[in-house]
Amino acid sequence: MTITIIEPKPISFVAPVVAAFGAFAGLLVGTAQGNSLLGLVGGAVITGAMAYVFLQVVRQERIMRWLTVAAFAIAGFLLGGVAGGIVGTLFGWFFGWLIFWLGEGRYRAKLPPYTTSLQVFYHFLFRVICGAVFIFLITPILVVMPLSFNAENFFTFTPEMLALNPEGYSLKHYRDFFTNDNWQQALWNSVSIAPLATILAVAFGTLAAIGLSSEHVPFRRPIMAVLISPMIVPLIISAAGMYFFYSRLGLQGTYWGVVLAHAALGIPFVIITVTATLVGFDRSLTRASANLGANPVTTFFRVQMPLILPGVISGGLFAFITSFDEVVVVLFVGSAGQKTLPWQMFTGLREQISPTILAVATILVAISICLLTTVELLRRRSERLRGMSPG
Amino acid sequence: MKLTHALLASTAMTVAAASAHADDHMAMDMTLVSWGGAYQESQRKAYAEPYKAMHPDLEVVWDESSNEAVAKLRAMDEAGNITWDVVDVVASDAMRLCDEGLAMEIDHDDLLKPAPDGTEASDDFGDLIVSDCFIPQIVYSTTFGYRTDMVPEGTEPPSEVCDVWDLETYPGKRSLEKRPINNMEWALYCDGVAKDEIYDVLATPEGQQRALDKLDEIKDDVVWWSAGADTPQLLADGEVFMGSTYNGRLFSVIEEQDQPVGMMWDMQVFDLDGWIIPEGLSDERLARAKDFVRFATDTQRLADQAKYISYGPARQSSAPKVGEHAELGIDMGPHMPTDPANAENTLLYNYEFWADYRDDIDAKFQAWLAQ
Repeated sequence: MTITIIEPKPISFVAPVVAAFGAFAGLLVGTAQGNSLLGLVGGAVITGAMAYVFLQVVRQERIMRWLTVAAFAIAGFLLGGVAGGIVGTLFGWFFGWLIFWLGEGRYRAKLPPYTTSLQVFYHFLFRVICGAVFIFLITPILVVMPLSFNAENFFTFTPEMLALNPEGYSLKHYRDFFTNDNWQQALWNSVSIAPLATILAVAFGTLAAIGLSSEHVPFRRPIMAVLISPMIVPLIISAAGMYFFYSRLGLQGTYWGVVLAHAALGIPFVIITVTATLVGFDRSLTRASANLGANPVTTFFRVQMPLILPGVISGGLFAFITSFDEVVVVLFVGSAGQKTLPWQMFTGLREQISPTILAVATILVAISICLLTTVELLRRRSERLRGMSPG
Repeated sequence: MKLTHALLASTAMTVAAASAHADDHMAMDMTLVSWGGAYQESQRKAYAEPYKAMHPDLEVVWDESSNEAVAKLRAMDEAGNITWDVVDVVASDAMRLCDEGLAMEIDHDDLLKPAPDGTEASDDFGDLIVSDCFIPQIVYSTTFGYRTDMVPEGTEPPSEVCDVWDLETYPGKRSLEKRPINNMEWALYCDGVAKDEIYDVLATPEGQQRALDKLDEIKDDVVWWSAGADTPQLLADGEVFMGSTYNGRLFSVIEEQDQPVGMMWDMQVFDLDGWIIPEGLSDERLARAKDFVRFATDTQRLADQAKYISYGPARQSSAPKVGEHAELGIDMGPHMPTDPANAENTLLYNYEFWADYRDDIDAKFQAWLAQ
């Protein structure tokens, strides 16, 4: 939707801005080629000159943009093979678009006509910073994924991989994960510990949340603080404490010890999410239910539970992920017989850098994405329900 | 019905026990602690699998915790709950554990098998029994590897440890272990100290400063490593030109992973690795641990391990039995750190010196690193 009439901008503004972006892109390319300074200066000069030529000399948008894409793609291909060609294509598209977007003044189209230059600047700076934060967070995770298809046994992008040669890729690390006894044992341990820990955490956490949200319970805040503490106290301290306590009880190094420890870590998540859902829960429903002759247990399962279920489930998912991803406590409380996936990855990273770890990481990221998507869908459902429940 | 079941079960157990060489007084599960990676794999293939074939009902669990064995054994001792049966540690850790009473003192001739020609175990292992608790397994060395494709054209590949300091002839990053041991010795050696005087010099504050000054020459080009897998990764990446690590790791990079990496055996530092049995095991578990160690350290088993990794067996009687690599079929003899061609110029880890000076030199080294 255009709300401002756009007009071309002076080249004295457009060329330096494009050159600044060009300098940044040139810095990346130059560093990859081994000369940062040359890349920085070269990028600025080339893109600045392009802006001048496109806007002042030729002024044929469609043709020039296609030419830019083609030229950058070829240059990228010459510098870095197929992968370089793809990066070059993206850069070419971006700079072609940027020059005309700035030069024609299109960037103001969606902003109100009265915004000052400074406000426009902040508007886009904010977007760039958000994008940078996003890239900063997501890149380490994304880099791991192609590496897990490496045909070599090292964390290295081989020349074959960069040339997108199928021989540089293989599924052998996934095969290793699914056939290696160590990894399968670890997977099995994780899969048998996490659900039980989740069930315990959900049961206790939900009960605690319901109790703590009734007004007649004394010392609600201190009790809440104690129950939440596993989330706040540094893990290593909980772990060392559990180690000595469980050793006395004979639970250290047993399956149930790890399950209990993970349940304790998961409880705070359940308490927090269920307490939050209970805020929107209408107490008069329980009174109505009692008035109709239901005892508290029936009331809980037939009236309260269905309404707070989204909170319970999302708490349970967090508890599950906590147990599934946890490495510090299990290193203390577990023995080698309870070696979980994160433990196996941890020792694997230290003793033997094998891309199998990356294959497992990719699988775990996929699982986490599925679980978090579920949480988000449940949260939306909960909001919808809350909107419908009588306030 | 129940009685029949019980009878059947006990019959089955008796049969199983009889076929498994009277396992009845031994625990049926065992936790072995080792270093993970290719080394643990070689132990699994050479020791644990044949042992398990003899005792099919035995449950063997591996724990890759040798790196923090001392700390964990202390915690287990304090908590009164020892969960490990046999622990693989380097000799210096074995000495510490023995001094602290966390490892069991053993009679080597009584526990271990004699050599096939009848030589007592203590003579067969000889000087390598550096502690009453320590059952030697392998001799390994810490030495340098380099990228063959990063050697500048027209120059000889590096062959001496002092080439690590020669940044002009061999430009590029180096990876060194993030601790003073070995680095200080190499630095003094390359600063012109005679080999037999290294520890005399290193015992003085001036000597320590001299070693650090020598390390200063390359400090800007050093990537510090702390896990044995780091240098192989850095070499494979081409991040470093030369790096120190354990010789078995380099063998794996060169022969098994086929990377363009070469060995430098000059001034390799020998060290020992072996088993200890923790103090405080129940009788059943102790019997199992002793039985396993007796089996796993006989002449043939130690020689078998060399089929999977290039570490030298600790028994003299095993050396002639070292054969070919199990998968690659190459002769393992020339890849052993103890092979005469590789062992022309070596250093032996000085346990007494480092036991006395470790804390002091560690502090200085860390302070120097932080500068």
